[in-house]
Amino acid sequence: MTKEILSIKDLSAKVEDKEILKGLNLSVGEGETHVIMGPNGAGKSTLGSTIMGDPRYEITSGSITFKGEDITGESTDKIAKKGLFLSFQNPIEVPGITLSNFIRSSLENKTGKHIRVWDFNKELAKTMKVLQMDESYAARDLNVGFSGGEKKKAEILQLLMLRPELAILDETDSGLDVDAVRIVSEGIREYKKSVGGALLIITHSTRILESLKVDKTHILADGKIVDSGDGSLVETINENGFAKYISEEQ
Amino acid sequence: MKEKTQVEDIDRSLYDFRYSDEDSMKVDEGLTEEIVLQISEEKNDPEWMRDFRLHSLDVYNKTEMVDWGPSIEGLDMDHIITYVRPNTNRMQTDWEDVPEDIKDTFERLGIPQAERESLAGVGAQYDSELVYHNVKDEVAAQGVIYTDLESAMHGEYAEMIEKHFMKLVPPTDHKFAALHGAVWSGGSFVYVPKGVNVEIPLQSYFRLNAAGAGQFEHTLIIVDEGAYLHFIEGCSAPKYNVANLHAGCVELFVGKNATLRYSTIENWSKNMYNLNTKRAKVEEGGKVEWVSGSFGSHVSYLYPMSILNGKGARCEFSGVTFAGAGQNLDTGAKVVHAAENTSSYINTRSISKGGGISTFRSAVVVAPNAKGTKSAVSCESLMLDDISRSDTVPAMDIRCADADIGHEAKIGRISDEVVFYLMSRGMSEEDAKALIVSGFADNVGKELPLEYAVEMNNLIRLEMKGSIG
Repeated sequence: MTKEILSIKDLSAKVEDKEILKGLNLSVGEGETHVIMGPNGAGKSTLGSTIMGDPRYEITSGSITFKGEDITGESTDKIAKKGLFLSFQNPIEVPGITLSNFIRSSLENKTGKHIRVWDFNKELAKTMKVLQMDESYAARDLNVGFSGGEKKKAEILQLLMLRPELAILDETDSGLDVDAVRIVSEGIREYKKSVGGALLIITHSTRILESLKVDKTHILADGKIVDSGDGSLVETINENGFAKYISEEQ
Repeated sequence: MKEKTQVEDIDRSLYDFRYSDEDSMKVDEGLTEEIVLQISEEKNDPEWMRDFRLHSLDVYNKTEMVDWGPSIEGLDMDHIITYVRPNTNRMQTDWEDVPEDIKDTFERLGIPQAERESLAGVGAQYDSELVYHNVKDEVAAQGVIYTDLESAMHGEYAEMIEKHFMKLVPPTDHKFAALHGAVWSGGSFVYVPKGVNVEIPLQSYFRLNAAGAGQFEHTLIIVDEGAYLHFIEGCSAPKYNVANLHAGCVELFVGKNATLRYSTIENWSKNMYNLNTKRAKVEEGGKVEWVSGSFGSHVSYLYPMSILNGKGARCEFSGVTFAGAGQNLDTGAKVVHAAENTSSYINTRSISKGGGISTFRSAVVVAPNAKGTKSAVSCESLMLDDISRSDTVPAMDIRCADADIGHEAKIGRISDEVVFYLMSRGMSEEDAKALIVSGFADNVGKELPLEYAVEMNNLIRLEMKGSIG
């Protein structure tokens, strides 16, 4: 067994008065790829946001440990600096900062070092090429007026540039056409290859997983992990759906 | 939901320094005929100007205080010193000749550096007088006049000044216009001849150093047919416990097919009553572009007005107002469509924080003959907490059926989702919020020359600076 990078114990979280996570347990090893599937409303996105310290979700019990450090209740920027990354399902448009400046200042925040613009621009251009992103996007305001596909590519671009040790990809493939899914998958493979970090992939579909080696699959239903298995569990879900897990809950 | 941010009051140390004014010449507090005559004599007014001052004083005494906006009760006219001549004998054109403490003030504000790097000419006013005025040789060679109004009144442009001075903003306009007419001093006169394109901006910087004083500078700009000018004004003052008053007046005459861009970054200290009047008259095919950032002052009344006087004249107004603790900023714009096919676009953002009040007031007037008028007004407000306030007061007076008029208003808060998104990449909460506010104010930021956009973002950052607890 590889060394554990993320450990979630008995995690419960609520938004306003609605409890969404109800005693969830999860363990991810260094460099492993885990997939989380589950019916709509099971709490998949909440899990990603809660790990990342989204203040809209209140943790009512349990703990989150990253690289042996308790990060429960820690502020989002500190969690990010420790090496966690969340690719958003709906990346947000932020006028006033360009994509390029945002990534560079994020890198500077993370490393605490000044980064030379020249070196950075070279690296950025190279990475954008992998994602088949037009270079002009670098100078545009963050996500402003980007198409759905370009927004997702911009998330993967940030992933590749920031090189986190664990990345949570929240429905990165949703709303993308076949070509865009292929390019995004290529970006994720590049992350595995060049960074070797762990992945927690939250997804509905299997398209994004096709060329990835999945170590573990978890089924999240009604705020808990109700089943875990290896990569083959994905196939089972594809054939039978979540009916089995939902009926167990009722 | 967790409440995490406490935002401290602004650190104004950059602007908040002052010098003794012992050596300067001041008139007595308050406003009397003797004081007005003393100022007139001090300034060596021509006779028509002395009479104009006395007439204005008369109008002032007969005009009621304004009662429709933020309270100006804290402003006691019996204690305002209307004229403070700094310790310098005359305006200098060589920076080295400016007295040391005044020079140091402007050095700290970065004015001479800006002149060297990015400006065609600079004027610097300290209290009531211009202490420095300079225009680059190549700009002067184009026939561009940029000087102080007082000396221009005695030179070859005397007639032009008499013809235009307070014709757009007559003393009868309102009480503080009358006050301005009576006690004005300092300011600039700019004339850009026909067809001349002034490629780099001219700038005036106004600094009010003396406690309890008023600044009443007059800016008169005439851009002749087909010419282009970008004029920038900046203002600041150190903080005192007594009220200071700024009642300046800006009159802009934009000729046929000419364009004037007038940019302001205003950062008065928070004991300032900023009762400023700005007005432009635009002839056929001409255009006025206002870019306005209001950050300082305790109370502001500021509504730059554009009179679109000739066919096809245009006006664009981009403004941002940031009202923090203890500030009540009433700002906006006014447009009068007085000719056919004129168009106006007003785009403003207001931000309020820490109990600050920000009011957007606009007026669009379309005259019966102004067929084919187009006007669009858009105002957005951002409130950073529950104790701040934001109001929108749009007025429209449309007297022509053939007009296309639009108005749009939005009020919002900083979205937690955006803050979370930015923080998820390692940005601190404070930086994330400052970034969001800067982005919100980008309608002005992107219109300013780079150095000023940077200064504006620094002001926003200062306003947003605080501790996360």
